[in-house]
Amino acid sequence: MSSSQQVPQSLLSKVIQDLIGKFKVTGKAESDTRGYVEVDKSKIIQVASYLKEIGFDHVKSVTGIDYPEQNQFEVVYHVSSYSVPELTKVILAVKSKTSYKDPKFPSLYSIWESVWTGERETYEMLGIIFEGHPELKRLFLDEDFEGVYPLRKSFKLKQEGLFIDKSA
Amino acid sequence: MTSQPEPSGLQVDIIPVQGELNVGPQHPGSGHMRIYVKLSGDIIEDIDLDVGYVHRAVEKLSEIRNYMHLIPLVERPAILDAIHMNLGYILALEKILGVDVPERAQYLRSLAAEINRIASHLYGTGILGIFLGHSTAFMWGFGDREVWVEILQALTGARVTNSYVIPGGVRRDLTPAIKEMIEKALAYQRRKVKDWYKIFVNNPNIRSRLENVGVMTNENAIKWGAVGPNLRASGVYYDVRKIEPYAAYSKLDFEIPVYKEGDAYARLLVRFEEVEQSMRMIEQIIKEIPEGNILSDRFFKQIPPTRLKKWWEGQKKIVFPGYYASFRPPKGEAVSRVEAARGELLYYIVSDGSPKPYRLRIITPSYRMIYVFKQLAKGARYADLVAIYGSLDYFPPEADR
Repeated sequence: MSSSQQVPQSLLSKVIQDLIGKFKVTGKAESDTRGYVEVDKSKIIQVASYLKEIGFDHVKSVTGIDYPEQNQFEVVYHVSSYSVPELTKVILAVKSKTSYKDPKFPSLYSIWESVWTGERETYEMLGIIFEGHPELKRLFLDEDFEGVYPLRKSFKLKQEGLFIDKSA
Repeated sequence: MTSQPEPSGLQVDIIPVQGELNVGPQHPGSGHMRIYVKLSGDIIEDIDLDVGYVHRAVEKLSEIRNYMHLIPLVERPAILDAIHMNLGYILALEKILGVDVPERAQYLRSLAAEINRIASHLYGTGILGIFLGHSTAFMWGFGDREVWVEILQALTGARVTNSYVIPGGVRRDLTPAIKEMIEKALAYQRRKVKDWYKIFVNNPNIRSRLENVGVMTNENAIKWGAVGPNLRASGVYYDVRKIEPYAAYSKLDFEIPVYKEGDAYARLLVRFEEVEQSMRMIEQIIKEIPEGNILSDRFFKQIPPTRLKKWWEGQKKIVFPGYYASFRPPKGEAVSRVEAARGELLYYIVSDGSPKPYRLRIITPSYRMIYVFKQLAKGARYADLVAIYGSLDYFPPEADR
């Protein structure tokens, strides 16, 4: 990991190759600093533990995305490192899917504490239940949003029309 | 409950007091937030941050707005740090669009960002001052900030929520009058920083309130995912401007102040030293800024000649080309990050090829400080709660978005 000059490929693509080899995930390095891997949710804990071991020490964001046509959610963890200098430039997106029928997802809190806020917000906004999160409560929204998940695409916003005064 | 015999023979009854206390949301020291404190005596056992009082659903609203219409919206969470909120969003958008930005615009982005950083740090220090009962610092913080806000107004046309950065460049050019304002402001602020050290930073009262208070160790800062000056005050050398330079930062000479102590005082010192570094950068920018256009040719060519003559040649202002009205970026996604005044600001845009983003994710520095604040307050004395809060420079609207 330390001798990056000898290998022509970037550190990130090497990490992704290793993940593909070890855990049979799919993924790609889009540049030297950005890349993604798609992981089945049953393997996400293993993949996360491995990433933590090689130096990815914090999660920058947890994003939930709703895909109604596919009846599923995508959960994206953007992970990076503060302590390993070569990895500080890298942001790796760890993507995983969970279906509408089974909106349960393993929490990565035991591996990265920094997911605390993000998982809680994703639970509140999309209704994905992160199993193992120590305090999975609603966070930002009012009481009337109990059971309503506004970031799902089925939650429609009304937009006011644009009025132009022609006489002016 | 327990009686401890005193050497004098007198007995002191220590009665443990346990209970919960609501700090806020209407408390002047909590911002737009309620801090639910569980106390044992005057030791904080746990706190629960009841955030969301200023939640404005920016991420949801982004689903029904065009990319251009989102510029003023994404600035709203942190109006006093609007340039950075704006810049981070545009960087992500430019990645999807694949636009090159001219050199002069890059310098102007850095210039506006650094001016904004100084203004934001002064604001944060002012708030910390008033939390600690030091009202002079509050007045000075807001007074000095005014100088920089006036420059932003001259440069961008607005004091806050400037909407200065647009895809492909910036909206207005630097004029000699603004350069002169900046030079005066630099001289003023350098003089004033000395006074700040005398009356606030080196004040024994302030030091005793901040030193060894809210200590965040290096390991904890990494584990909890702290950002910005708070992270650097815990001995982590991490600044996006150095790690992944954007705008003109790769060409500027500056240092990243890092402290090992990790206490509230170290966080204050980091902010003050960053103000000096920002001023160094501003000096370099106004000296070295290259000539040239401030908008990418790809968009500049689309502005009608009559409008160019009136606005660009006369006043050095960009009028929006028609392309901006409702462009459709290609399918794809982009992650951008900038070092905002309070720390790393991350944007994640997923585009499905329509004029509106499929998903826009904003991770602001204060959002990431929610967990840090919660952890840091545990075990502290109740009287130190405000010192910890102020020293983190936590800004509720930015966290709530």
